[in-house]
Amino acid sequence: MSTAAKTLTFVLNDPPFESARSTTALRLIDRAVRLGYPVNVFAYEGAVALAFAKQSPHANAVHGRDTAAEDHPTTKDWIAGILDDAARRGVPVDWVNCGLCVDERGVAESIPGTRRGSPADLAKFIGASAGVLVIPTH
Amino acid sequence: MAKYLLIETRDPFETASATWVHPLALTLAIQHHEVIVFFVENGVFAARARAITALLEDLHAVGVELLADEFSLRERGIDISHRSRRVASADLDVVLHALADGRTTLWH
Repeated sequence: MSTAAKTLTFVLNDPPFESARSTTALRLIDRAVRLGYPVNVFAYEGAVALAFAKQSPHANAVHGRDTAAEDHPTTKDWIAGILDDAARRGVPVDWVNCGLCVDERGVAESIPGTRRGSPADLAKFIGASAGVLVIPTH
Repeated sequence: MAKYLLIETRDPFETASATWVHPLALTLAIQHHEVIVFFVENGVFAARARAITALLEDLHAVGVELLADEFSLRERGIDISHRSRRVASADLDVVLHALADGRTTLWH
């Protein structure tokens, strides 16, 4: 059976810029897209800020580097890159941010290609997926 | 016989909870389940040749497959000469294919 027939769901919990788990999660999602697996993402709690559109790279005054030289990565740009790649490959990615978690944190402005949802979406994802990986906070 | 993938992300020298994988994997394997342990992030410190060899030897002896994320190993400067001979380098495809195959996968 081809990878296209097996949807994978990732449940993310960690906020951006805090732990290696966010990086590993995005590595997994990126690789899943490259292999052709349809992907669902349910981001809740702090993870709803991973795709927050107002993330901004910054300079580093301590090391005397301007914004361009610092080249600070943002998770919203990594996610945008994954979504662009998925679109080019024709691989579906459904990225859902938990609406209650979004409202609590005031991070409603999410990048295009992501959407607001609820735990009901997660239930649907689980029912329709070949596998589900929950990446919890420690 | 069920199939399991246990993902360990924690440094065994940072927290005792990082050794949770050992009794769980050992028990599952003794009960004839197929078990893969995948070390990633700081979890790969357990894969060093001179780290906690007794734990890895126990798991190897009961047929547990021991893998470590190649990216995480490189990040931490653990090359093949420093890696336990019981642990093979692997990429994240292992996790993705395990999920797609319906293998029970736990992240710690």
